[in-house]
Amino acid sequence: MAVTANKRADQVVYGVLLALAVAVPALNLGVGESSALHVSTYTMTLVGKYLCYALLALSVDLVWGFGGILSLGHGAFFALGGYAMGMHLMRQIGTRGVYGNAELPDFMVFLNWKELPWTWYGFDSFPFAMLMVVLVPGLLAFVFGWFAFRSRVTGVYLSIITQALTYALLLAFFRNEMGFGGNNGLTDFKDILGYDLQADSTRATLFVLSVLALAGGYAGCRALIDSKFGRVLVAVRDAENRARFIGYRVENYKLWAWTFSAMLAGVAGALYVPQVGIINPGEFSPLNSIELVIWVAVGGRGTLYGALLGAFVVNFAKTFFTGALPELWLFVLGAVFVLVTLLIPQGIAGYFNREARA
Amino acid sequence: MSLPYAFRLLRSLAMLLALLCAARIALAETELPLAALQGLDFKAKAAAISAIADSGSPRAEAILNALTDGRLMLRKSDQRFVIIAAAEDPATLTDALDGSALGSEPLAGLKKIVINNQLRLQLRAELARMQLANPDPHARRAAVEALAADPTPAVIASLVEAAPKEQDEDVARAMQVVIGLAQIGDADPAKRLEGVQAVTGSMLGEVHNRLTQLVARNPAGEPLEPSMDVRIAAGAALRAIDQRRARYELIQTVFFGLSLGFVLVLAATGLAITFGVMGVINMAHGEMMMLGAYTTYVVQQALPNHIEASIFIAIPAAFLVAGLVGIVIERGIVRFLYGRPLETLLATFGVSLFLQQVVRSIFSPLNRAVATPQWMSGQLMVGDALALTWNRLYIIIFSALVFAALLALLRFTALGLQVRAVSQNRAMARAMGVRAGWVDALTFGLGSGVAGLAGVALSQLTNVGPNLGQSYIIDSFMVVVFGGVGNLWGTLVAGLSLGIANKFLEPFAGAVLAKILVLVFIILFIQKWPRGLFPQRGRSAEA
Repeated sequence: MAVTANKRADQVVYGVLLALAVAVPALNLGVGESSALHVSTYTMTLVGKYLCYALLALSVDLVWGFGGILSLGHGAFFALGGYAMGMHLMRQIGTRGVYGNAELPDFMVFLNWKELPWTWYGFDSFPFAMLMVVLVPGLLAFVFGWFAFRSRVTGVYLSIITQALTYALLLAFFRNEMGFGGNNGLTDFKDILGYDLQADSTRATLFVLSVLALAGGYAGCRALIDSKFGRVLVAVRDAENRARFIGYRVENYKLWAWTFSAMLAGVAGALYVPQVGIINPGEFSPLNSIELVIWVAVGGRGTLYGALLGAFVVNFAKTFFTGALPELWLFVLGAVFVLVTLLIPQGIAGYFNREARA
Repeated sequence: MSLPYAFRLLRSLAMLLALLCAARIALAETELPLAALQGLDFKAKAAAISAIADSGSPRAEAILNALTDGRLMLRKSDQRFVIIAAAEDPATLTDALDGSALGSEPLAGLKKIVINNQLRLQLRAELARMQLANPDPHARRAAVEALAADPTPAVIASLVEAAPKEQDEDVARAMQVVIGLAQIGDADPAKRLEGVQAVTGSMLGEVHNRLTQLVARNPAGEPLEPSMDVRIAAGAALRAIDQRRARYELIQTVFFGLSLGFVLVLAATGLAITFGVMGVINMAHGEMMMLGAYTTYVVQQALPNHIEASIFIAIPAAFLVAGLVGIVIERGIVRFLYGRPLETLLATFGVSLFLQQVVRSIFSPLNRAVATPQWMSGQLMVGDALALTWNRLYIIIFSALVFAALLALLRFTALGLQVRAVSQNRAMARAMGVRAGWVDALTFGLGSGVAGLAGVALSQLTNVGPNLGQSYIIDSFMVVVFGGVGNLWGTLVAGLSLGIANKFLEPFAGAVLAKILVLVFIILFIQKWPRGLFPQRGRSAEA
């Protein structure tokens, strides 16, 4: 029965995503601004941002909902993917920066640097940058997970050291010496692959790409969960020691799910940066990472579609409250944390599933 | 009588007359040449300052001090020189010459007597020279050391004269050092050598500078100091100073490390109780510290005239406020989530956001400054170059006391016994008649209360703001995890070693990088020893 429920949910997810991919760009580009049906570029970018968040939430749901690994540092992988994309966009500025230096980004000229640090080599090339978008978060997650899962660091301990990881990266990226723009991060992007980032058509393309990435990520996660790998992962979540005693290499299952999830987060970050136009160390803040866990909790973990739902609902509420009643937002968010964990631990999706079963 | 001669005589007479008049007027008006301080003729001002210092007038020191601080003014209405008490509007005035109170006056009615940096140096030297006559040996010594910065021949002469008469050994030694410094500039190598020997052993900054000059070489590699003996003596003296400095620096680093470590311990012990003993992740722990700090602020606001004593009211108040909030959180939220640590983490994080916003709404998002009581400010001087700040010293003592009290409470009281019983085997404890729910609430309240105490300590170190707790929560978790969950001694060792490690790394790596290195170290450490420095043994280890 669960499988049929999932199938129906999947159909809804793909349907909604398809509708978004077709309708939003069409209503933005095809319908005149005077029309009531016109979708402003602001709205399109906003929804595009939510789509990136949804992909990020999906990656957290994969490890938390199915692997039982509560990461309080997934924002770090998102930010690393974002920085990889941001670095490529910085290199594309060329001589159009404030200082007009063809060799160095503005902030390096400002800091009086003479040459490009090695960390920036290769980011002129789009394919290389895209490779880094998945490789850097993936590699970090792999190394981190390799040690952590092998030493059987689990539960709360793992959560806390993932938080320490993103906190350490936050502090590191704030340093100018790191060569990633310090406090201000990377911004003032001009174009991507020759297309102007401010143009509506580019925005629409990025929007469609975000929808496709989310749909692809969703399909990938669903395939992973339905495979034998996914079954073992769920077994590890529910009874790690039993799974180990049966003979499964528990740490390998966790490690691959973890690494894949980090790569998804990296892709989300890479799509996020050109749409919002900036990436700064604030994305590494532990607060962000915890907030995104609550998206998944609100939507319902262990369902995949719940993560998407949660990301949209919470972020829509955030946009609304921070605009209309800014001082209320933290009250609302705090209350959501408490009420969701106390009253609907399975999230919105779990709540409705239970209703349907009853 | 030739005409030119007569003319000259006449001119001399006229000048004499003018001088007499001027002197008469000056004497009648002030006795001290204050008038020369007006305007912008800095040479005249310098002469006037010397004259005032030499006058022996009982008001000289007050006037020169006021001039140094920019508090000497000319009242526009009657051209009288006045001293204002502080830079406030309207200012409270006293007469510069006789010290009588003159009521208050808006600043607009006053004209400040301006000085430049050169005059400021001169003033400092003159004041120091006057201080040499002070009956307090500490003041005399400070005065002597202030003279080292600008040893004019007149100053040295007065020191040579005063040194043999000096009763206090320390002051006499300081005088010898300053005289020695002057001798280093002498043309005679024997005198220079004498000077170097006189200053050997002194930790004064000026001594180090002069000795460094003596051993310096010009770009061609030739020594600037011609005498070999002087160079050798200077080199030896310099090495002695460097060694002592290094030793002091080491002690100071350990001290700073200990004070940071004890702050961490204080912040983490509360967490060690809730997390370690109860197994509850309280992400709102940092906000309990924040509440403690704000309680200190509120108590201080309520008792504006008793800043000195308010801290003693703030300590129990902060404990109660944070502890009660802790009990409310435990009864209202945490108790429904026992056995589900990840959910507890999220729910308490929600509480922390909530509390932050509450504080932001009540006290505004701006930082609030908590005044430090007089007896906690200043420094404790050990030897002549080691300064330990009192507030850090008190925080070390305070943290150690709280830690000891907590250990005693857990070990020797009935509550402590019940807490340990519940944490080891809840079902068995309940069977023995322990009210587990009640013990949980009190334990959580105790941990939160200790966090409130940490907040009181933090309010003396940093500004109090809504984000105060956030900046310590990760550090506190690191300390608890590093030390080994459920072990208070582990928390102590971990906190102190992390604090000291941080302070030792800082000079090489900078504050931020030091912190990153410590974080990375802990992440790696947890990989190798997942249960921390002092892991819990027995059944409870397999959670």
